[in-house]
Amino acid sequence: MLAVGLPHFLVVGALLFAFGAYCVTTRKNAVGILMGVELILNAANVNFVAFGHYAWGGIHGQAFALFVIVLAAAEAAVGLAIILTLYHHFKSIDVTRAERLRD
Amino acid sequence: MPHTVEILWAWLIPAFPALGAFVNAAFGKRLQDRFGKAIVHAIAVGAMLAATAVAWSYFALLLGQPPEDRYLHDLVWHLFAAGSLRVDLAFALDPLSMMMTLIVTNVATLIHIFSIGYMAEEPAYWRFFSYLNLFVFSMLLLVMGSNFVLMFFGWEGVGLCSYLLISFWYTDLDKAKAGMKAFVVNRFGDFAFVIGLFALLWGLGGSWTTTKAGGLGLRDVYEASPLYVPFHDGATAAEAEALTPMRSGVAVGPTVDFRELREEILTPGTGVLQHLKGATIFGFPLIAFVCILFFAGATGKSAQIPLYVWLPDAMAGPTPVSALIHAATMVTAGVYMVARLNFLFALSPAAMTVVAVIGTLTAIFAASIGLFQVDIKKVLAYSTVSQLGYMFMGVGVGAYWAGCYHLLTHAFFKACLFLGSGSVILACHHEQDMRKMGGLKDHTPITRWTYAAACVAISGFPVMSGFFSKDEILWKTFTTQNLSAPWIGPVLWFVGLVAAGGTSFYMWRSYYLTFWSGEYRGASHDDHGAHAVAAAHDDHAAAAHGADDAHGGHAAHGDAHGHGHTPHESPAVMTYVLIVLAAGAFFASFLGLPKAWGFDPVLERFLEPVTGASAAFVHFAEPGKALEFVFMLISVGVATVGWLFAAWLYRSGENPAPALWLARYAGIHRVVFNKYYVDEIYAATVVRAGMVIKDLAYWFDQNVIDRAVNFAAWIVRFVANVDGAIDKYLVDGLVNLVAELTLAFGRGFRKLQTGRLENYLVGALAGALVFVAVNYLIH
Amino acid sequence: MPHVPHLLTYAIAAPLFGAAAIVVLTLLKPLLRLPKEQLEWASRAFALIFSGLSFAFTLLLWASFDGSSTGPQFVDHWVWIRSFNIEYFVGADGLSVAMIILSGLISFIATIASMPWWVHDDDHHPHFSKRMVPGYLALLLLLQGAMLGVFCALDFFLFYVFWELMLLRMYFLIGIWGGPRKEYAAIKFFLYTLAGSVLMLLAVIGLYYGSRPMPGIPLTLVDGTHVPHTFDMLTLAQLGHRGLWDHLAPIAGINFARILWLGLFIGFAIKIPMFPFHTWLPDAHVEAPTPVSVILAGVLLKMGGYGILRVNFDILPEATRHFADAIAVFGTINIVYGAFVCLAQKDLKKLIAYSSVSHMGFVLLGMAAFTPQALSGAMLQMWTHGIVSAMLFLIVGVIYDRAHHREIEGFGGLAARVPEYTALMGLAFFASMGLPGLCGFVSEFMVFYGSFAVYRTLVMISATSVILTAAYYLWTIQRMFLGKLNAKYADLPDVNWRERLTLYPLGALAIVFGFYPQAVLDLFNSSLAQMSHLLRGSF
Repeated sequence: MLAVGLPHFLVVGALLFAFGAYCVTTRKNAVGILMGVELILNAANVNFVAFGHYAWGGIHGQAFALFVIVLAAAEAAVGLAIILTLYHHFKSIDVTRAERLRD
Repeated sequence: MPHTVEILWAWLIPAFPALGAFVNAAFGKRLQDRFGKAIVHAIAVGAMLAATAVAWSYFALLLGQPPEDRYLHDLVWHLFAAGSLRVDLAFALDPLSMMMTLIVTNVATLIHIFSIGYMAEEPAYWRFFSYLNLFVFSMLLLVMGSNFVLMFFGWEGVGLCSYLLISFWYTDLDKAKAGMKAFVVNRFGDFAFVIGLFALLWGLGGSWTTTKAGGLGLRDVYEASPLYVPFHDGATAAEAEALTPMRSGVAVGPTVDFRELREEILTPGTGVLQHLKGATIFGFPLIAFVCILFFAGATGKSAQIPLYVWLPDAMAGPTPVSALIHAATMVTAGVYMVARLNFLFALSPAAMTVVAVIGTLTAIFAASIGLFQVDIKKVLAYSTVSQLGYMFMGVGVGAYWAGCYHLLTHAFFKACLFLGSGSVILACHHEQDMRKMGGLKDHTPITRWTYAAACVAISGFPVMSGFFSKDEILWKTFTTQNLSAPWIGPVLWFVGLVAAGGTSFYMWRSYYLTFWSGEYRGASHDDHGAHAVAAAHDDHAAAAHGADDAHGGHAAHGDAHGHGHTPHESPAVMTYVLIVLAAGAFFASFLGLPKAWGFDPVLERFLEPVTGASAAFVHFAEPGKALEFVFMLISVGVATVGWLFAAWLYRSGENPAPALWLARYAGIHRVVFNKYYVDEIYAATVVRAGMVIKDLAYWFDQNVIDRAVNFAAWIVRFVANVDGAIDKYLVDGLVNLVAELTLAFGRGFRKLQTGRLENYLVGALAGALVFVAVNYLIH
Repeated sequence: MPHVPHLLTYAIAAPLFGAAAIVVLTLLKPLLRLPKEQLEWASRAFALIFSGLSFAFTLLLWASFDGSSTGPQFVDHWVWIRSFNIEYFVGADGLSVAMIILSGLISFIATIASMPWWVHDDDHHPHFSKRMVPGYLALLLLLQGAMLGVFCALDFFLFYVFWELMLLRMYFLIGIWGGPRKEYAAIKFFLYTLAGSVLMLLAVIGLYYGSRPMPGIPLTLVDGTHVPHTFDMLTLAQLGHRGLWDHLAPIAGINFARILWLGLFIGFAIKIPMFPFHTWLPDAHVEAPTPVSVILAGVLLKMGGYGILRVNFDILPEATRHFADAIAVFGTINIVYGAFVCLAQKDLKKLIAYSSVSHMGFVLLGMAAFTPQALSGAMLQMWTHGIVSAMLFLIVGVIYDRAHHREIEGFGGLAARVPEYTALMGLAFFASMGLPGLCGFVSEFMVFYGSFAVYRTLVMISATSVILTAAYYLWTIQRMFLGKLNAKYADLPDVNWRERLTLYPLGALAIVFGFYPQAVLDLFNSSLAQMSHLLRGSF
């Protein structure tokens, strides 16, 4: 019987992170990047809860996951605001056009 | 110790002339401009009269004392003190300095009065009288000072005034040079004088040897002797006094005070005399060393061989100056000094011999030069040198009072002669060449008679004072027993006698050339010569004007020329002075009528408290009165020969012999006329050596020392340059290299900066992966 | 006389305060909208007031100084840098009091001489007194304060600080306000004296680390703290009297005390200046403006002599005895050699500079003899030379202001045109050549008298200066003043009131001290007699 253990959760987390990272690095659409960031954060959440359950016990993992969810909400708000500003500036949300950081 | 009379007001005697000098120097020009020349000479002569009056009153006080107590002392303040050295500003009037003070004040007063007439046309009248007063002040310091230092104050002060007055007409560079020559030559004498003084003081302090180990071996170490008092630690005069040891009631040790020195040496039992006699310095007997150096100082001031060369040149000064400074007073300072230190000189026959021999040689030497001079003042100048030689003969053989007596009589007759020559020169419109005079006896009768009287005095006829003083000197020279060898005295006597004949000749020569010998030659010259004289006169006046604001002087000159070119007798202020001096030259006889005639010489008695100090050391033979009379006759005979010879040659002015002989003995004449080329010899030796050394020294300074310094600086600069190069190319190069590399890297790396987020993220992730991989691999 | 507390500190501080006031005023100039003219006149007023104030303090010192005591008087003493045992310690004793008064006097005279009243100049020859006035005056005041500080300081470190301050100001004064070759002269001056300072500094440090308490001589600061080493000069001297330095370990095989002595002596001898370290002097003098020359000759040279007395003689007596003969020989060389070089001079100012070399030789000769008369004579010579050389340089300044050159041969017959100037110059020359009745004579006499007992031959050689000095001065007078008037100077103006203000007081002093030198001698006779005793102690 295949028992679901810590490694399974970690694999799921790692996949989520990989998708997220791929999304962030390849998407040109700012909203897509934001979504990739959400994936990365949730990968971290999976890891927190899994480690909290298997390795430490107690509620530390869940508490951190809750913090991350709150943070992700705030981040989404700030991120969307930045995207709006970006749009105002460049009339587009394509991040490749905002390369002034280079200078 | 003899009694000392403390007095309070002796300082007034020099103070009056000092005040006069100051007032005329500071305000004279303004006073003269506003009130005329009368105020200037009123101040100067007034100061002199006041000083003279004070001097006479102290003379009366001095005479009122018993002879052994005749020592008036006036302490003004302590000049300076350090250790045991104590120098006072103090005046002392003993018979000798009283005599000198009276000569100085009285003769100077007369010459001041004479100058009123003589300098009447001088624009810088105030300056002249200021200098003259200053001179009298210095001279009084010299004769009244109670110690060596104060005497030296005066000694140098008169030298300064002599310098100022010789170069009085400074716009004439030759006259300025004459003044400088006088001062510098005198400084040679002063050098000897101070060394002598230091040696004497050193001798009084004890004896020293040069044996200290270590160092350069120059330091002398004091060897304890009974006289050890050289240096006290007492700071104040009172402490120094307290530390000074007393022996036989006398303080012994170094002292600059004449009186203390004399007491120290002469008081039996102090041991100072024995100590001094035994002391040597550089291997020479100390006393002889000291006395000869003192005398060397005197040869400068009193124009003796070898330092006499300045005096003839000093005739560049105004004639009253020549009379006062270069005849009557300053040049006798050396004689005064030797007489003052008679107790020291008498201790050393060697020094006495040097003094007497140099004096005699100077007498004959200067007389021989005087024979051929044509400038009337030059004749008198050499005559002065010669007469000073006689005085040194006197003090050199131990006849101190006779030397002083000749000093006194000489002051009168030589002042009379010089002022007479001044009167003549004025009469002839500033002509000094006797060849251009002649026949003045009718034009200037008073000058002529007084000049003749003075000639009688100087040539030694027993009606005027000069005979008595000179004959006393000659007689004492013959009989002296104080010289190194007994035969020296008679030899000196003979040389002196010959010089006396020469004196008689050249003085009467000057008299006849000036006042007789036909008609006045200045006027008989055609206009050309007269104009030359007048032009010279104008030159002089213009030069003098240059010195001061011109005012009134030209007008006066115009008047003077209005008289035409005939000589004229001088104004009364001048002729009266001449008469007084001539009378003085006569009446001075009574001060020294000889013992052989049954008199007791007044001056000898008067000076005894001073000259008596050496009485125990000087001795004279007593060959008897008969011989003395014979000698007097010989003297008179020699003088007569000189006189008659001169009269024969020059009286008529028509005797062809002088011109004939001049042509025949032209060689000798040239040598003698040019003063035996002594000036040239000095110029080629002493002066030249000085010039060469100064150039060498400066060359050394510039080319050795300074070059060494500059070389050191060059080395420093070189090192600095090398250092700079290292800094520039090595150190700075490294720094720049680093900077260059950084920039290059920067240029390379900036290509990574794309500004694209995804690139950065890839980079960040790749980096994270690398870290993870490395972390994994290491574990 | 009432005892004024902190008198010396006031005397030092007054000029420093004046300098600070000038600097502050200059800084405030834009704020107050002061015109340049007003700023300059205000600076001049400050300079006169504070320099005069300092002079007044030194006069007060003269009036209330007790000459019979040999210890320091008017002492101000407190700890300055505790960690190095450095104290602020000033006081006046017999060695320094005359020099303090002299520097007060000469500085004040120099300040007056820096005023542009009645100045003769034109566009081609602007007068130094009109260039960068506030800076010049501030430096002059600082210099005055530093000089007073050098003479007053009894702490060796303080002494050194003042010494260096003074050198630096001098450098600027010559280098900025000097003549055509000022940079060369200033750098030469600076390098020379700096070389001396370095040697001195090493010796100071050596003395400091060599000092240690001896029985009966504890080393303490003024507040009673016991310390292992000290900079206190008086304590160092006490240690020296007890022979401490002679027992210290030798340096490179040479006696410790003698090494230190040489370092210190060369440092001071450069200042004097002693042959062969004298060549900075003519250049510095020739280029320096008149008041700076006055201070240079009048005060700075004396620092060398004072330093030798205060440090070499008092702290290192044994080494001094060892080197005394050498000092005397160099003194003699100074006297005679300097006089000969004078004869060769064509530039009037250079001539006077070299005459300083000659006259300062008397100081060396007199000190080397150790007798009270010679020591007092040497000190008096410094005093009289201060007065006379100041006068001489002022006199050179007078002619330079008018003719813009100093070539002796370039003049001629000036006496006819400028009689007052001629008389003043004659007075100064005769005072300098040691004519009795003027101040130069007494000191030379005392030096010769005191030295003759010890160095007979050297005194006889030195005494030839009597002739040489007369020769070069009279020759100068003759070339400049006598003869026909040089037509170029037919309308040369005579001395003006500014120059009279400076020359007449000095001339009067030259006469006063010629006839009453005891007034000065009383200040230091006791101290020097004590020093003579100390130095001759081993005989």
